[in-house]
Amino acid sequence: MFELLGIAPQALFGQLLVGLINGAFYAMLSLGLAVIFGMLNVINFTHGAQYMLGAFAAWLMLTVLNIPFWIGLVLAPLVVGLFGVVLERLLLKRLYHLDHLYGFLMTFGLALVIEGVFQWKWGSSGQPYPNPIPGGTNLGFMFLPTYRAFVVVAALVICLATWFAIERTRLGGYLRAATENPTLVRAFGINVPRLITLTYGLGVGLAALAGVLAAPIYQVSPLMGQNLVLVVFAVVVIGGMGSILGSIVTGFGLGLIEGLTKVFYPQASSTVIFVIMAIVLLIKPAGLFGRTR
Amino acid sequence: MADALLTIAGLQAWYGESHILHGVDFEVGRGELVTLLGRNGAGKTTTLRSIMGIVGRRSGSIRFDGAEIVARTSDAVARAGIAYCPEERGIFSSLSVEENLLLPPVVRPGGMSVGEIFELFPNLKERRRSQGTKLSGGEQQMLAIGRILRTGATLLLLDEPTEGLAPVIVQRIGEAIRALKSRGFTILLVEQNFHFAATVADRHYVVEDGRVVDMVRGSDVQANLGKLQTYLGL
Repeated sequence: MFELLGIAPQALFGQLLVGLINGAFYAMLSLGLAVIFGMLNVINFTHGAQYMLGAFAAWLMLTVLNIPFWIGLVLAPLVVGLFGVVLERLLLKRLYHLDHLYGFLMTFGLALVIEGVFQWKWGSSGQPYPNPIPGGTNLGFMFLPTYRAFVVVAALVICLATWFAIERTRLGGYLRAATENPTLVRAFGINVPRLITLTYGLGVGLAALAGVLAAPIYQVSPLMGQNLVLVVFAVVVIGGMGSILGSIVTGFGLGLIEGLTKVFYPQASSTVIFVIMAIVLLIKPAGLFGRTR
Repeated sequence: MADALLTIAGLQAWYGESHILHGVDFEVGRGELVTLLGRNGAGKTTTLRSIMGIVGRRSGSIRFDGAEIVARTSDAVARAGIAYCPEERGIFSSLSVEENLLLPPVVRPGGMSVGEIFELFPNLKERRRSQGTKLSGGEQQMLAIGRILRTGATLLLLDEPTEGLAPVIVQRIGEAIRALKSRGFTILLVEQNFHFAATVADRHYVVEDGRVVDMVRGSDVQANLGKLQTYLGL
């Protein structure tokens, strides 16, 4: 078998796949954060917990109610998205006229409470979720597990569908306009508060959907979102706060870069994203795709 | 007035702690074109924003088409049939010209079609794929007026549509406003440009320190020129 720069192709492509999978989750999560930030001006620190809630909801549906993965994939995001709607109506909407700091404290505190409750009930060790599509294909240079291939494709479809909905539809137009000038959009007869609630529900539902997709790959554990969400915030900063396309491209791109770093310089693999974030902030403070307002 | 579409009585408004309107009274008849004249800071823009429901706090009475709307939220005011074109124009930069034009939802039948709006402002048709804020100031103003004509609103609130525009563009806007009036729109216009206002309006209300202090008919403007110039500090 050939070698590339002294690296076995199995190792290289294996890590690239891991990078692509991680990138898929970075993209889906940062997308939701971007949509929420654009509309609510709130940095949703509960995002990681809501991702975890998606995984747990699917796991509980499977183990308690015997609901299979594919139905859970639809049902769990709906349930968690609805929970997001309730959170927005009950708590977040009272904070919009206050300083950013209050939104930050509220969403951060909520994440701690939610994760704490789940840790108290289920402990911090993970619960396994059976792989819904076992098996895989030997591509010659690497082995490709079918479920992981599915996740990458599903994430791409979800990201592009979200991009399309926001950039190319009428409702998306309302959303973009309301991001710029909510007062005027409301004066045109559009119920902006309802639009904000829907947006938050959509962002939270996206996080939960990512959580369900993640359940068979990583284990279902109360802190699964905490580990991920830090990196996702770096992705959002690099891509540009509130930029939809930026989140998607940066999410996948940084996942791949992280994977490559694991091959060529493993010591740096957990810091490379933060190094990139620091460099981007120095050169383009608004992020790669961000617009200064 | 026999057939008033909009009747405002004792309207007061506040921005935070500042009391801006101290009891505004006037009315606008169906199909009429009325201006609010006055110096900077007199409360003209605040009056429009109060009608639209986008000031902090307001009291008094705003009757539109027989219904009291002073307590309504701005989206409900819009759905009642009032459309607002703000002074800063409010063109959305993340939307194309066409998306800007199609943004305000239709609230009742009887609005103009996109084709008719393009007929009124041909520039918009040529540039409909451009980003909204890439238009010239005059074109942005045409877009800001054009997009509220589709919705079926019967009362248009126009805040300084000629501000900062070249004379030839001001003339175009004036023609468009007269065309809208002859189509049956009722128009409440805020203007600093008195000479422009005098060419289009049926009646003028003079606003001073948050109150309406005088009313002059369009036909009486020449006779009252001295008085009006004193009001406006010309």
